Amino acid sequence: MAYSSILDWIVFKDVMANPFYPYEAYNLPFDISYKLWELLGGLIAWLINLIFPGNGVSTWLISDEVSNVFALVLFMVIIFLVAFVVTLLSLWMERKVLGRVMDRRGTMIGLKGFMQCLADGFKTFMKENVIPRKVDKKTYMWTVALIVGTSALIACMIPLSHRWFVVNYGTGLLIIMALFALAPFFILVSGWAQNNKYSLIGGMRAAELMISYEVPMLIMIATTCLLAGSFNINDIVNLQGDTMWFLIPQIIGFITFIFCATAEAERVPFDIAEAEAELVEGWQTEYAGMKWGLIMLADYLRGYVSCAMVVIMYLGGWLIPFVSSDVNGWAPEIVFLLKVWFVFFIMIILRGALARVRTDQIVNIGWKVFMPLSVVNLAVVLLLKLGGVF
Amino acid sequence: MMSRDVIDIKAETSALHTDKMWVIMGPQHPFSHGLWTLKAQLDGEIVTDAEPIIGYLHRGWEKECENRTYPKIIPMADRLCYAASMTYTHLYCMTVEKALGIDIPEKAKYIRIMADEICRIQSHLMWLAAVGTDLGNLTVFLWAMREREFFMDLNVRMCGARMTTNFPRIGGVRNDIDEEFMMFATRCVERFEKAIWDIISMIDDSSIFVSRMKGTGVLTREKCANLGITGPAMRGTGVDFDVRRDDPYDNYDQIDFDVPVLKEGDSYARYRVRIEELFQSCRIIKQTLQKVKAIGKNAPYRLKVPSKVPAGRSFVRMEDPRGESMMYLVSDGSDKPYRLKVRSPIFVNVSAAKPLVLGSRIADVPAIMAMIDMCLGETDR
Amino acid sequence: MSGEIYQAPSVQEISDLLRDKFSGKAEITGTGERRVYVKADRDSVYDLCVYIHDNLTFEHATSIMGNDMKDHMEVIYHLSNYYTGVIIELTTDLPADDLHVRSVADIWVGGNWHERETYELFGIVFDGHPKLERLLTPDTYEFYPFRKSYKLRGQE
Repeated sequence: MAYSSILDWIVFKDVMANPFYPYEAYNLPFDISYKLWELLGGLIAWLINLIFPGNGVSTWLISDEVSNVFALVLFMVIIFLVAFVVTLLSLWMERKVLGRVMDRRGTMIGLKGFMQCLADGFKTFMKENVIPRKVDKKTYMWTVALIVGTSALIACMIPLSHRWFVVNYGTGLLIIMALFALAPFFILVSGWAQNNKYSLIGGMRAAELMISYEVPMLIMIATTCLLAGSFNINDIVNLQGDTMWFLIPQIIGFITFIFCATAEAERVPFDIAEAEAELVEGWQTEYAGMKWGLIMLADYLRGYVSCAMVVIMYLGGWLIPFVSSDVNGWAPEIVFLLKVWFVFFIMIILRGALARVRTDQIVNIGWKVFMPLSVVNLAVVLLLKLGGVF
Repeated sequence: MMSRDVIDIKAETSALHTDKMWVIMGPQHPFSHGLWTLKAQLDGEIVTDAEPIIGYLHRGWEKECENRTYPKIIPMADRLCYAASMTYTHLYCMTVEKALGIDIPEKAKYIRIMADEICRIQSHLMWLAAVGTDLGNLTVFLWAMREREFFMDLNVRMCGARMTTNFPRIGGVRNDIDEEFMMFATRCVERFEKAIWDIISMIDDSSIFVSRMKGTGVLTREKCANLGITGPAMRGTGVDFDVRRDDPYDNYDQIDFDVPVLKEGDSYARYRVRIEELFQSCRIIKQTLQKVKAIGKNAPYRLKVPSKVPAGRSFVRMEDPRGESMMYLVSDGSDKPYRLKVRSPIFVNVSAAKPLVLGSRIADVPAIMAMIDMCLGETDR
Repeated sequence: MSGEIYQAPSVQEISDLLRDKFSGKAEITGTGERRVYVKADRDSVYDLCVYIHDNLTFEHATSIMGNDMKDHMEVIYHLSNYYTGVIIELTTDLPADDLHVRSVADIWVGGNWHERETYELFGIVFDGHPKLERLLTPDTYEFYPFRKSYKLRGQE
C-alpha cells in the first residue's frame, strides 16, 4: 500500500459504540474530545503510516482503548477550560456591573473590558515568586495548591446539563458540598502558616464563618434532596422539570440559601476572613504574585459553584419551564450558565449595596436567623411531602 | 463635685481568655487614612488595650512659620488639612487680623463663611467615603466622592484651585465672587440636597450598616468633654457646643442655623450629626449667597494691611469640620510671627483612641476611628 | 476642692471669683468678650486648674502650649466652658533654669498629649504626667526643636 487516504484514518466513529466508553449515558464533552482525538490521533497515525507503511503504532493510536485514554485527557482539558472561561466571564461581569452600580465604567480594555481579566492573569503570573522568610514554607505553598485545587475540582464537577458532566454521581450534591467545605480548613492552616497576625485572625475567622453557615446550608441541601428523593443532580433537575421549580415550595430556603452561598463563596457581606478594613487582606496578606492570582481565581471558581448550586437546587437547573423537551434539548448548557450568571448578578448587587458584617453578627445571623429559617423550610417541605403534593 | 476619675476605664474582657497579642495597625494599613499607627492588644477579637502613635508627618510647621513673613504663611496653612484647606487659612487670617486689630469688610466675611462651609461639605463627604470603605462597602465611597467633585468644581470657579486654594487673605479674600459663581453655587447646593439622599438612604435603610455603627465606641458626655474630643464626635455624645454659635467669629452670629446634637454617644450618633451638618452647611451657603448679593457688586472685599504686626498676643478659635481648632499668635512687632501655635482637633481626638476602642471588637475599630475623621496633616503639623 | 459650683459663670463672675479665691497667687490681666486672661504663678497653677474645672465647670482644655521668651518660658493654658463659650487664658512663667510645672493631665485627660508635645518641643517637664515621652519627634531626639536657641538652616 503506497498511499492511504487520510479518511481511512479519521472516520469519526460513534463514541457510544466504543466498548470502553466510560459512561452509561451520552456525554457531550467526551464526544467532543473523542472526535478531537480522532482528528489529532488520526492525523499522526496517517503521517506515521505514510513513512512506515503497515506499522503497528498507527493502528494502535486509533484503536478503541488508546482513543479512549487520549479522549479522557482532552476531556479533562475541555472541562477545565469551560469552567475557567465561565469564571473569567463572571469576573468580567462583576467588574462591569459593580462599576455601573458605583457610577463608574468598570474595566475598559478590549472586548468591553474582558481582556482586562486576561491581562491581570498574565500580570500576576509574571510576578516574582515572593516568599516571606518567616513563613512555614511547605504549608504556605501547599495550602494555596489545595485551596485552588479543591475549588477547581468542584467547579469542574458541576454538570452543565444532562449531557455535560464529569461523573454522574448518585450522591452528587453531597460530594460537591463535602469538597466545598474543605477550603476553610486550608484557610485556617494557611493563616497559621504565614506567621502573620492578620493572617492568623483571618484564618480563625474563616473557621468562625464556617460554623455559622454550614449547618443551615446542609439542612437546606437535605431538604432539597428530601423533596427530590435523590442526591443525584440529574434527578433533582428532572423532577423540577416534571413538577415545578423548587423555588416555589422552598421560597424561604431559596432566600436563605442565597445568603449561605454568598458566605460559602466568602463574598461581601460575609467576607470577614479577608476583611480589608481591619485585617489588610486577612489570610491572603502574605500571598503575592501568582499565588494571589490563583487564590483570586479560586474565589471566583467558588462563587461560580455557589451560584450553580442555587440554580440546581431551586431554579430548575438547565431546564426551561413550559416548553417542549425538544427546545430543552437544544442548548441546555447555555440555559444553565445564563441562570448561573443571573444568580451571580444578584450576588454582585448585594456586594454593591451591603457592608461587611461583624464576626459576632455572622454567628448570630447563622444560628438565630438562618438556622430557624432552614428548619421552617424543612417543615414546609415535610408537610408538602406528607400531603402528597410531591 | 465632679470626681477626678471620670476617665477610669474598665476594659471589657471576653469570657474566653486567650493569649493576648499586639496587633500593629499602621502606618501602612487600609484603615489608617493617613500615616498613623494604632497598636491594639487583642484578647481573641476583643481589644483590651490600645495606643495611638503619631508623628510620621511632623514637619515642624509652627517652627517654620517663625521663619516666614505673615503673607507667606497663608499657602502653608492650606497644607495643614488637605480635605478642608480653607478653614485653616481662614483661621490664620483671622488670628493675624485680630492681632492687627482691624475689622474686615462685611462682604469678605460672608465669602469666607461660604468658603468654610463648602470646605465643611467637602470634608464631610470625604469622611463619608472613608466610612464606606471602613465598613466594607465601596459604593458609598464612590458616590460620596462623586458628590464631592461638584464642590471641588465650585472651588475652581471661586478661586481657581481644587484643593489647596490659597484664597483668604489677611484683611479679606483674594478675589470677589461673581454672579455666575452664585448661580452655580445655588444650583450645586440645591442639587446636593437631593442627591445626598441616595447615600443616606443606602446607609440608613440597611440594617447591616446601622448595626455596625450602633452601640460601638460609646462615650458618655462627661468622658467625652474630659478627653477633649471636639466637633461632630463630641456633639454625638450630647455636648451642646459649637464655636460657630457659642463663640461666633466673622459673621456667624448673623446667620441662622441649627447645631445638631444627639445624646446616644455611639458611632451612629456621630454619623447622624455629621449628616445633619451637611444640610446645615447647605443652609448657611444659601444664606451667605443672599447676603453677598444684598451687599452689592462693587463693595470692598479686601483691605490693605501693614506688613508688620504690633507686638502682642491674640488667639482665635473656630469650628473646623473635625472639631475646634485654634491658633495662638505671639508677635514681637516684626514682619514674622514670634510664635504661632495651632490647636488641631484631631490631635486631641486621636489621643482618645484608647477609651474609644477599648472593649470593642477589632472589626469595629475602623468604624469607630472613622467617626473621628483622621487628617494627619494637621495632627502632626 | 469643694465650694459652690457655677455651671455657666459669666466673665465678671469668673474674674471676681478668681480674684477672691486666689488673691496673691493669680491676677486677672484682662477680660474681653467671652475671654478672661489670667496670670498665675507656677505653684498655684494646679490648684487654680482644679478650681476652674470643678467649680467653674470648665470641662474642656482647648490647648496647652509652651512659649520660649528667651529669658524665661511660658506655659499657656486655654480652658473653655461648654455652656457659655468663655475661654480662660491662663499664663504662667517658668524660669529658664527650672522648667517644671505640675501636670494637669489628671484634671483634663485631653491635655495629656498637649503636655507631651510641649515637653518634647520645649523641654518643659510636667510633673506627675502619666507618660511624659516624645510624641511627634523620634525617641532618639536629643534637642528641643521649638526653643529659640534651636536655629533652622538658613536662619541667622
